[in-house]
Amino acid sequence: MTLITEDGAAEDRFTRADTLEAALAAEGPVLVPLPVAADYLAKRPGAETGISVPGATSIDEIRPHLAAAALVAVEFPGFSDGRGFSLARKIRREGFAGTLRASGPLIADQFADALACGFTEVELPETMANRQPVQQWLAAKETMSVHYQTGYGTEPSILQQRLTARKGATR
Amino acid sequence: MYRYDEFDERFVRERVAQFRGQVERRIDGSLSEDEFKPLRLKNGLYLQLHAYMLRIAVPYGTLNSRQLRQLAHIAETYDKGYGHFTTRQNLQFNWPKLKDVPDILGLLADVEMHCIQTSGNCIRNVTSDQFAGVAADEVEDPRPTAELIRQWSSLHPEFVWLPRKFKIAVTGASHDRAAIKVHDIGLKLKRDAAGAVGYEVIVGGGLGRTPMIGKVIREFLPKDELLAYLEAVMRVYNSEGRRDNKFKARVKILVHETGEEEFRARVEEEYARLDGPTINAPDEEVRRIAAYFAPPAYATLPETSAVLDAARAADPALDRFVAQNGFAHKQPGYIALTIALKEIGAVPGDMSAAQMRAFADLAETYSFDEFRVTHSQNLVLPHVRKDDVPAVFAALKAAGLASANAGLITDIIACPGLDYCALATAKSIPIAQAIAKTFADEKRQAAIGELPIKISGCINACGHHHVGAIGILGLEKGGRENYQITVGGDASEHAALGERLGPGIDAEDVPAAIEAIVETYLAEREGGESFIETVRRAGIEPFKAGFASFLDDRAPASEAAE
Ligand code: SF4
Repeated sequence: MTLITEDGAAEDRFTRADTLEAALAAEGPVLVPLPVAADYLAKRPGAETGISVPGATSIDEIRPHLAAAALVAVEFPGFSDGRGFSLARKIRREGFAGTLRASGPLIADQFADALACGFTEVELPETMANRQPVQQWLAAKETMSVHYQTGYGTEPSILQQRLTARKGATR
Repeated sequence: MYRYDEFDERFVRERVAQFRGQVERRIDGSLSEDEFKPLRLKNGLYLQLHAYMLRIAVPYGTLNSRQLRQLAHIAETYDKGYGHFTTRQNLQFNWPKLKDVPDILGLLADVEMHCIQTSGNCIRNVTSDQFAGVAADEVEDPRPTAELIRQWSSLHPEFVWLPRKFKIAVTGASHDRAAIKVHDIGLKLKRDAAGAVGYEVIVGGGLGRTPMIGKVIREFLPKDELLAYLEAVMRVYNSEGRRDNKFKARVKILVHETGEEEFRARVEEEYARLDGPTINAPDEEVRRIAAYFAPPAYATLPETSAVLDAARAADPALDRFVAQNGFAHKQPGYIALTIALKEIGAVPGDMSAAQMRAFADLAETYSFDEFRVTHSQNLVLPHVRKDDVPAVFAALKAAGLASANAGLITDIIACPGLDYCALATAKSIPIAQAIAKTFADEKRQAAIGELPIKISGCINACGHHHVGAIGILGLEKGGRENYQITVGGDASEHAALGERLGPGIDAEDVPAAIEAIVETYLAEREGGESFIETVRRAGIEPFKAGFASFLDDRAPASEAAE
């Protein structure tokens, strides 16, 4: 697995553990499936924990766990399954300020959108990372410097930039 | 017309560069074919039966002369000298080479055009009423709304990977010419009791293999809340639309399976949660866009034109053309003219480079440099002085564009079908040509009156056959092309799906079958009823009976032939 953030390749501090036993046995922060999260946190209250959720999961199921989670990994079954993008928006809307990971075979062309929807990093299978090295992701992120939609990403939208320009002109 | 500002310009240029990069990364193997496919589709590049097809967006069907001249240039340089207008108010080139596509996109960007989201599972090019700003029955011009949606839907970070394609149409008029009830979202500008402007929001209409009429999910949405409400609908669809079966992935299936009430509740719940004011376009922006669609500088003229009246009296062909292809303009002394790309025997919607140039000159000289593309694969000169109509007609005739058959039985919509399309099960264009030849006589056409025929070459229904007053669907049966005929479809505010008349028939029987249907209509018609009005009143039964006796009469003949 390769982890890519907006600054480039990063090290994955989390260990995936699919069962409670594996999670309890692991060293350092673990990334557990949503159904295991409550039991794990009951045994390790306050531990730095990641929760893994399929992109099709309802926000209602995730909401109760957000306060205790340091990381949420949204699993993409394929790059063209866009549910994860909407789920990311909903998770951020709940006030979740931790790390939001898009996990799965995404393509570099989706990096900017993933960041705009609230993801902080992408976890890529090795086979994909070999074909699409980190440099391609960083380059793809920069291809579009403007966007129309307000409320996505940190840069002002085109609509907001127009408004600012007009205010400047009439001052 | 809308004009790009520096932001729109930069956006489209960067999109061209982005696509160029995607092509390069496909060639060097960074992108697999499966990964590249949706990327090229979202930029309008389809793999057809024989070659690539490039679909160019004509947002809400509005173009100017400079753009059409550029399209003529592209047609000559990169295609076989013509382009094809589609039922989505777009233009397609059927023979570009992959390596040329980035250059074509650059040429399009030079004239403020693009191919963004003309195919793929994303929000498609938004469509509208071809008589926007012209029709007297308009609450408000729909084009500013359509332009706002064009911008908002372009490369939307969240909604580029939808379960399936998504089409939005807008109308501002009481008579619906934009077919809003058979779109994924249909918007109708209206006024509430207090006189405020807003939208009726219809979701879940569509044609294809499961045709459905859309449901009103919001009776009245205040105008300034549009983008936030659209975001709510799209988020519900993106999250919950089916992805397990592409034939059940359109929003119409979600609305149908969830139930209208429950779907509405989910949208409203999502809408209540999102932060509307940050999403909606600021009022200044809405007004900035609307200013581009202010009426052109009309001259103050009397309602009637003595010049035109005299010319019509002297020239029966001109008279027929104006009577059939003219559309009442709200500005006194002006008229809108439909240019039917339906010469008898021609391919519906095709236009040669020479015709494009001739037509560009006309739009520039006589219609404030603007024209429209209609979903019936025709063009419209929206603002012609009545005094100028004789000159326009003469020029159209010289260019082979003066067919006086707009809306008549020979003004047929046909999808590309087996001649171009990889999905086709039957021919479509040759059927249209054969019917047009059968009814070529102008007097006969005039006697029959308004009768939209729509033909699709497979169940995907790109020819919108479900909503044709007569619909024809080409299928394949036992290795032969077989055509199902429906009657009673309607895409207007009376939206209805056509009903099948009986078993499918062979291609060579289609023109005679249409004649039989027309005979039934002429026998049943009361007063000045149009075809569809007769069907609405008399029902489908007389047409089924007429079709059945047509089949009986055919039977001995075809047996003898075997
Ligand atoms: S209806 Fe079928 S044959 Fe016609 S264009 Fe659409 S997919 Fe192709």
